[in-house]
Order: sequence, then C-alpha cells, then structure tokens
Amino acid sequence: MATSAARAAERGAAGSGEIPAETQLRIYETMVLARRLSERLLQLQRAGIVPLAVPCDGHEAIQVGSALAMPRERTIVYPYYRSLAAVLAYGMTPLDLVLGFYAKRDDPSTGGHQMPGHYSRRDLNIVTTSSVVGTQLVHAAGAAYAAKVRKSGQVAITYIGEGGTSEGDFHEALNFAAIHKLPVLFVVENNQYAISVPLTKQMAVANVADRAAAYGMPGVIVDGNDAEACYLATRDAVARALAGDGPTLLEAKTYRLAPHTSDDDDRGYRPLEEIAMWRRERDPVPRFAATLEARGLLDEAGTAAIAARVRAAIDDATARAEASPDPDPADIHIPVFSTPEVPGRTQ
Amino acid sequence: MPAKTIVEAVHDGLREEMARDERVILLGEDVGFKGGVFKVSVGLMDEFGPERVVDTPLAESGIVGTAIGAAINGLLPVAEIQFADFIHPAMDQIMNEAAKIRYRSNGDFGCPIVIRAPFGGGIHGALYHSQSVEALFAHIPGLKVVIPSNPYDAKGLLKAAIRDPDPVMFFEHKRTYRLFRQEIPDEDYTVPIGPLRIAREGDDLTVIAYGLMLHYALEAAETVAKEGISVEIVDLRTLVPLDKETILGSVKKTGKALVVHEDTRTGGFGGEIAAIIAEEAFEFLDGPVRRLTGPDVPAMPFSKALEHEFMPNPERIAQAMRDLAAY
Repeated sequence: MATSAARAAERGAAGSGEIPAETQLRIYETMVLARRLSERLLQLQRAGIVPLAVPCDGHEAIQVGSALAMPRERTIVYPYYRSLAAVLAYGMTPLDLVLGFYAKRDDPSTGGHQMPGHYSRRDLNIVTTSSVVGTQLVHAAGAAYAAKVRKSGQVAITYIGEGGTSEGDFHEALNFAAIHKLPVLFVVENNQYAISVPLTKQMAVANVADRAAAYGMPGVIVDGNDAEACYLATRDAVARALAGDGPTLLEAKTYRLAPHTSDDDDRGYRPLEEIAMWRRERDPVPRFAATLEARGLLDEAGTAAIAARVRAAIDDATARAEASPDPDPADIHIPVFSTPEVPGRTQ
Repeated sequence: MPAKTIVEAVHDGLREEMARDERVILLGEDVGFKGGVFKVSVGLMDEFGPERVVDTPLAESGIVGTAIGAAINGLLPVAEIQFADFIHPAMDQIMNEAAKIRYRSNGDFGCPIVIRAPFGGGIHGALYHSQSVEALFAHIPGLKVVIPSNPYDAKGLLKAAIRDPDPVMFFEHKRTYRLFRQEIPDEDYTVPIGPLRIAREGDDLTVIAYGLMLHYALEAAETVAKEGISVEIVDLRTLVPLDKETILGSVKKTGKALVVHEDTRTGGFGGEIAAIIAEEAFEFLDGPVRRLTGPDVPAMPFSKALEHEFMPNPERIAQAMRDLAAY
C-alpha cells in the first residue's frame, strides 16, 4: 500500500535534479504574464467589456512548471478551462487568448464558437475540448495510443481539476492508458473546491493520487504552488512515458485564489481567512520570485523589467483584440462537416 | 462474383480498408481474439496484429473517447459498440465530442471515426438487445448516419465511411446479418454516403424504409402488387445527410407516402421525413403522409408474443399500403 510516507518519499524522488537558470526565469515570467492576464480579463469582465472571465490565479506553478518541462515539439496537450497559464507556456500568445474572451472571428481556439477558456491551437498541438469535464482525459489516452501505434515518439498531457476525477471518463481513461502503458500524463490540479463542493464531498480518500495504484500506474503528489517541484515531477513522468513505462497520475495540491469564473461568488462557500492565508503565505508567484532572488537570478531591476514587458504585451493584445472583427453571422452554418456542400440537414 | 451475407460484407470492408491504409484500426469489446460477438472481425487480429485490432475494456465511453483521441492524432479508428443498446454510456463522447469537434475548433480539427453498432429486433433480444437508436443520432448535427440493408451497400458504404473525414454512425440490422446472400464484387468499390436507392419502382404510393423494414416492405409490395397496387420503395441507406430531393421526387410522382421504421413512433425519423414532405411537396399529395412504426413503449419485450406485437411485419405493412392506396 502506498502510505503517505511512501508518497512523500516518492515526491522527494520526483523533485530531484536541477533546472537551467534560463528556464527558471522563463517559468517565472510566464507565471507573471498569466497572473496579470488573468487579472486583466476579470477587470474587462467587471467593466462589462467581455462576457466571461475564467481566472487561473493560484494555479500558475503547476501549469507553467509542467508545460515547460514537456518536450515541446513532441507534446499533445489537452487543457481544461482553467489552463490559461499552461497554454501561454505551450506557446499561445496573450492576443490568442484575449481574442477568445472577446469572441472575435480570429480567435484561434474556436473562432468565437466556444465559450472562452476552451483553448485550442492546432499548430501547437493544443487540442480542442468541451465543457464536459473528464472527456479530455479519454481523448488524451486515445492520442497517446495513436502515438504508440505510429511510433511517433509523442507524449500526451492532459489537465483536470479534482472535481473532474469523479467522472466515469477519468476511470475509463486511466484504465485504458495503464493497460497499454501509454505515454500520457494526467495532471490533476487539486484546488480543494469544485466550484463550491469541497474535497470531502468529492471523494473519501485524502489524495486523488491514491487512486493510481488501482490502475497500476505511479501516483505522484507534488506541491502545486512550487513551480520547481512541478517542473521536476513532470520531467520525471515524461521520462517514464518516453521510456515505455506508461502513464503517470500527477496530483498538484494547490488553491484557487479567485472565484471559479466571473459568474461565481466564492465568498459564500470559502472562509475569507482561508483565501487570505493562501494569498498571503502560499501564492506561487511571489514565492517563486523569492526563490529566484535568493539564488541571485532575479533582482529589483529584473522584476521591474518583467513587469513592464508583461504589461506592454497585455495592453497590446487587448487593444488589438478590441479592434478586430466579430464573426460574420452568415458563417453560422460552417464548419459542421468537412465539405460545406454536404450540410447534412434540411436548411 | 462471390455471394456474401451482410456480416461477411462488413468483414470484407473492414479487412480491405485495413489492408489499404495502415491508419485504420478497430477497437471494441471482443473484436480481437474472439472476432466479435457476431463474428464481424474474425481473423483480423491475426492478420493485422493486436495493436490495430484492440480488445478494449468493457467501457463504451472509453471506446469512443479513445477512438476520438486516436483520430485526432492521425489514425482512422473504427469503433464497435457491441449492441446499439449499449451505446448510451458513450452518448456524451459521440454527441458532445465527435459531433462538435469541427465546429467548436472552427475547422482546425476533424474527427474521422466510424462507430459501428448492430441494432434492431426480431431476434429475441428484449429491451437491451433490440433497440433502434438511429433517430437519437440523426438529431445531432455533425454526425452522419448510415444504415445499409444489403451486402453490396454494407461493404461499399462502410468503405466510404472509413474514408470520410467526418464521424459516421454505421448501424447494421442484426436480423439482416445472415438473412440472405448477394453477389458483390471482389474489387474495390464504395457506395457514396448520401444518395438513397430506389429499391422497387411503382406509381401508386411511396414507401420509405431502411434496414430490416426495407425487406419487409419489399415483401409487402409484392403481395399488394397482386391486388393491383403499385408501390415504389425507397431504401434510405443514409439518414444524414438525407437525400430529400429523391424522396420528394418519388412522392411527387406517386402522391402518397408511408414511412416504415421499427424504432418507436414519437420523435422517430419518420416524423422528420413526414415533415419534409408536408413542407415541400404539399400540393402533390393525394393523401396524408403516414407512419408505420414500433409502438411508444420503452423497448421491445422478450416474450415472442410481445415481440411480434412490437415489430412492424410484412402483413401490417401490406395493410397500411392498402389503406393508403384506397384513401
């Protein structure tokens, strides 16, 4: 049986190794970009300019840490609705994302079809997902199966919250992936609340990762607010996947510092002091900044330069998205099928 | 040309496509070692190996979902759902994922999968081995829905479905699997998805059917022909995209239409056909558009007497033809 102690030991093993200084700084800057963009989108929603915001605040360490540990050219990504920071790390631009929140024609994720937060870009192998949580895990397993059959050397990674692990598709995906030893990482961002439902009403076990043993795969727990630990745990899981040793269930313990979406008021179901404590003591962004400062990789001038670059990128993205065209209403009928001349319906 | 049953024709279609294109894989329950509970895929695991013919866990959502993911990453999966009655756990993956991937990604991603499932009753299958589920899927934009009624079409339509860049639901009536043999070519051919087939020409009324009901309708047409009623029979073959021009052409010629399906009545595909005829051929009609269908009960019962009561049959179809002809 995997005890907590054994798991802690495994976590220690997963956290071994070093990260190049350049990568550490890139992780940090991407985390800052994600946080500021997430905040900007919420401001735009509060100002009545965009209809919805889906914050990632608090999840930056696991999202960016895992993304930048993946072998980029060989990675197939199945994100979830909170993956704002992850998809930035995988190569989407602030403009790509802001276009989606404005639901503009040139939104690369969906062309204004899908609700914002459903990130997709084919050229980056970031694959379209729906709003029904859990479905993306099965797709990731299937994509990894294709990688195995085609001997393509690819690895799939997919993200979900702990609430989504209650879905049947979670079970079906992990079971299939383990049977075939597929190159896929299942990353669970356990922020302890599925909108308002706390962990204790979601599962009777303390850790999502405890379930991994039942499927026959490693279940690794990582401090989801420690960017470095997230990076290293992901890198280890990738090595296993590419060595043919199969999938990993990686559980990142974290906390959502913002409401579920702009439509949610989290003050009703979480103690204010709990939110304040996480913000004050465990926020992954200042925490990683402190680490980099202690290592001499970041100083006041460096921090200011990053803040200025991020601000400029977000201002530019917002202005350009604002000015770009809406979808043409005449295009509502496409693309249903591959060939528009086969509408498949009586119109 | 060899004479084949539908089950053999489906097997041959799968085998030829797997040999033609190494991206084609099969997955489903019992499809590998056993060759499928209806023996559709017998021998294929031996020929193409266990990576391309996958005995999956007993998990329909997983079967369809992994097929979707494999399709996104370069394969052409053919997923088998052992009985159409078991497809509902995969409903979300089919209607919310496969059907919507192209639309929601604004055309960046497609979903080239085929989902095969035996459907229909008359085989003592009871509530969960007899269902007709085609209307559920015909309602979902983004899915193509194909139902062959003979071996030639079964092979040709299946090959077209596998080569189609969109998700195709491919339903095979299990009572027709070994009902009769038909000579079909050995060489490669496809039957395009979309156009229907006029199975019998006639002048007095048009009957629209598919699957097993097509054969019952042909039998009934033979019976009433002796009474001087000339019936045109349309084998729909493809529900989506629907060849409505040919349906309307036939109805405009005969002036009367009867839709026959085994599926239950309310919300069945017959209602859609009746609506199209009413909207677009109203002034050509000499009588009401009628439906002969299974009754609105949850599903087909097991008892022989109850099953018989559920199923439309040649006698009932013949009577419906006489009634409409006399209108």
